[in-house]
Formats: sequence, C-alpha cells, structure tokens
Amino acid sequence: MLKLYDYELSGNCYKLRLMMSFLGLEHTTEAVDFYPGNQHKSEAFRQINPLGQLPVIDDDGLVLRDAQAILVYLASKYDTSGKWYPCDDPAMLGQISQWLAFADGITATASAARLHDALFYTHIDVDAARSGAHRLFRILDEHLFFAEEIGQTWICPGDHPTIADIACFPYIMLAEEGGVSRMDYPAIRRWCDRFKRIPGFKVMSGVFPAGPAADQSAA
Amino acid sequence: MSEFKCKDPVALNLWYAISALEEVRQGQIVRSMLLEEPIAYTRDDSGQVRCWAGGDKDSRALPVQERYGYFWTTLGKPTSEIFPIPEHAEADRRNIHAATVGVNVSAPRMVENFLDMGHFPYVHTDILGAEPHTEVKEYFVEVSKERDEILATNCLFWQPMAAAASDGGADVEYVYRVPHPFCSVLYKSSPLDETRMDVIAIFIQPYNQEQVRVHMMLCLLDEENTDTQIRLFQQTIFGQDKPILENQHPKRLPLDPRAETPIRADKSAIAYRRWLSDKGITYGVIPSAA
Repeated sequence: MLKLYDYELSGNCYKLRLMMSFLGLEHTTEAVDFYPGNQHKSEAFRQINPLGQLPVIDDDGLVLRDAQAILVYLASKYDTSGKWYPCDDPAMLGQISQWLAFADGITATASAARLHDALFYTHIDVDAARSGAHRLFRILDEHLFFAEEIGQTWICPGDHPTIADIACFPYIMLAEEGGVSRMDYPAIRRWCDRFKRIPGFKVMSGVFPAGPAADQSAA
Repeated sequence: MSEFKCKDPVALNLWYAISALEEVRQGQIVRSMLLEEPIAYTRDDSGQVRCWAGGDKDSRALPVQERYGYFWTTLGKPTSEIFPIPEHAEADRRNIHAATVGVNVSAPRMVENFLDMGHFPYVHTDILGAEPHTEVKEYFVEVSKERDEILATNCLFWQPMAAAASDGGADVEYVYRVPHPFCSVLYKSSPLDETRMDVIAIFIQPYNQEQVRVHMMLCLLDEENTDTQIRLFQQTIFGQDKPILENQHPKRLPLDPRAETPIRADKSAIAYRRWLSDKGITYGVIPSAA
C-alpha cells in the first residue's frame, strides 16, 4: 500500500495529496511532527530520507523523496489517462520538467518567506525571498496571460492540466503568508481559480475552495 | 517609560508568554521581539531560563516566570499576577504545547478571531462547523469586575469534528475567557467526559502593533491520540484561520463602536472592544475618538 509521510501545513506534501486525490489513489498517511517537533530532522526519519525533508512516499518498498520526483512517479505509474504526465510526448515532457524546476524556485522563494514569517526560520533573507518570488510570479503571470490568449488553460499546452500545474499551485496559494501578494498577477489568480475547479480538488489549511457563484458561471 | 518604542503603559506592564519551556535550551540563545524591543533568552547552566532586553547578554535582565509550560516576562511593572488556569494542574489532563506561530495581524484581531463562532462553518468546514448549521445561538457575556476578565458562556455550536478525539458531529458547548488583553482561554465540551471541558489557550506575544507570535496551549482529556496527532489537529485549525487573519483591514482593531458593524453573534467582541477601551489600551488598536 502506498504511504505518504505527511505534514498538513506543508505545500510540498499538499502537492502529493492533490495528485492522489485527482487520481483517486488509495493510500495511508503517516503524520510527521514537522513543527514544533522537528521530527523530519530526527535520526529515525533520516533513515527514511537522509536530507531530512518532507514529503516522502513508500510504495511497496520503493521509497522516494522530493515532491516533483514523486509527482512524476505517481502520474507515470497510476494515471491511466496518461494526461497528467504524457510519457510519450517529448515536447510536453520537456515543458513539464521546465516548470517542475520553476516550482522548486517558488519553494525556494515564496515558501521560504512563509517559513520565515510563520515558523521563525530567521536565517532566511526574507527580502531576497520575497523579491525572488515576485520575479517568478511575474514570469508565470506573463506566461499564463499569453497562454490564455491562444486558448490554453493550463501551464503546459493541451486541454488537460499536468503535474506542472500541481507543482506550482500550493506555494503560490500560500504566498501571502510570507508577505507576497498575488494582487498584481491577474492571470495567476484566474489560473488558481481554474485549478480549484479540477474534479477531485481538495483544500489544505490556508487554501480555500473556489466560491460557489463563480463555480456556476464556469459550468 | 519613554525609553520604549511602545508608548502604551498598560501593554508595557503586562506579562507575556515568550516561549514553550521545552524549546528553551542550554547553550542556545534565541532572539525574539516584544513590543518592538529586541529580547533574547536561553537556559543557563543551572537550568534556569534567562531572558534579557536588547541584543547583548549584559543588557537589562528581565523577570521570568514559568507558567502553563511557557516562560513569561514583562518589560514594565505588572500590577497583577499571571491569570489562573486551574485545569492545567489537574493530574489526568494532557498539557501540550501545540505550536508557536508568527502571524501578520494585530494581537486584538487575533483574540477576536478566537472568540468568534460565526466563522466555523465557512473557515473550518467539516471540522468545527458545516453548512447549514451556521446559527450562533444567543449566549451570555459578562465582564467580571472582580477578576477583571470577560466571560462568554452558554455558547453552543454544532460541530462535525470538535476535537482530535471526536468520533462524529455533536452540539458543543463553549466558554470563553479573556483574562488578559492579548490572551484568551476557551473551554469546550470534552468528547470523552460530558461533565468536564477541554481547555485551549492562546498567549499572544506582540512583536509590534501589526505582527505577533501566538503560543497555543492545550489542556485536554484524551487517552487515545498521540501528542503529534493532537498538535496537528490544532495546527490544521490554526492554519485555516491564518489567511483570514492576515487579510483583515485595518490590521489594528478599531475600538470605536461605529467603525465596524457588529451582528448579534459578535456580542463577545463588542464587550472585548469596550473592555480594551476602558483599560486605555492603545497598542494594536485604533482608539475611539474621545
């Protein structure tokens, strides 16, 4: 049985909860006391992930770390539609990988600012983290604007979201907690609303569902 | 008091929880903020918590009291003791530090959110509330002159998942206390024992007028869940409140009764604002025009 080592307030763990919900994947969860217990840095947890980071999955003995890597694995193995990660389409795989790396940049900036403000990661240069997040948001906002202009709904081409959308979504939604507003990025905000209406979408603490009124107009 | 950036003598003379005792370690100096003053703390070789104002160790030592699993300090001269939470001393209770979290909000806005039941179905959907059970029924609010605290009683709310130890929906009774301008204690029906109540407290440490850190203390009857499960349940709830708190404008709480339009469910908030006004609190609020 697939097991997720999870922490509710982690956006990286949320990426996998989203993927498993979109795919309807049964799994078990082992809650890790990330804060204040710092359990992910414990000797016992480092046996599972020497980097001392969440998330980790254990799929019948295959232990994988890194949210983006796990998204690739789950979609490749369990998505029978082949749409979340189209393994036979090199152009798509290239673009998806590009945005997975971009999502890591969002983690290093927007998520870092959130950890600074909320959980006292005082070693983080919060001004640099915030301006780094704004730089990435500006790039994604432009990308999404021009995508909309040609009728493209998601980060990558095609009529279906990919794991690139899942990888970018959480720390964009949680960015305000680090003092990074989405006010200036209307195309990002429209994309967030579309993302929240993907069948199987679920929330985490700090992320709210799309409003019902807008839901009807989208239908 | 002119040496301080905070010019509110009432706020300066209060006791503040600064850190969970389990997070104060020997050989490690932690820097923090209280009312815009840099403070630092550590545990000395004899095991005593030491706290001081300013950056260096030879700066002014601050008084330290250990209470409810946290250490408390003050920049001024408190006129009263730290308020009592008698349940904390009951032998069969689990006293747990759930988390300390930084929030970009003023302390009084944080307290008001803690007192509010109206948001349960919308913010804590399927945990502390669910539509269509949205009614905040009539409840009582009094200001105890003797104890100088606000007490809201007979607060009833239908909750799908009131605590980590719950196994389904139930009408839950709440009692709220505000015994300190920036602390609140709530009591809610225990899922295990209908004659007793679980206790959840927030102790707010204002960094400044619009940023705080919040210490969350639990004092529960729960024989089943691990500390981790209990903590994570509480953090899930708190994580849902956080974006709501951080998006309130203005960040400081307006004390003028005409500034924001209350509804009947806000009875405890109205009493709280009046109580802060009567105390002459100016920190983290927009005082009402005289």
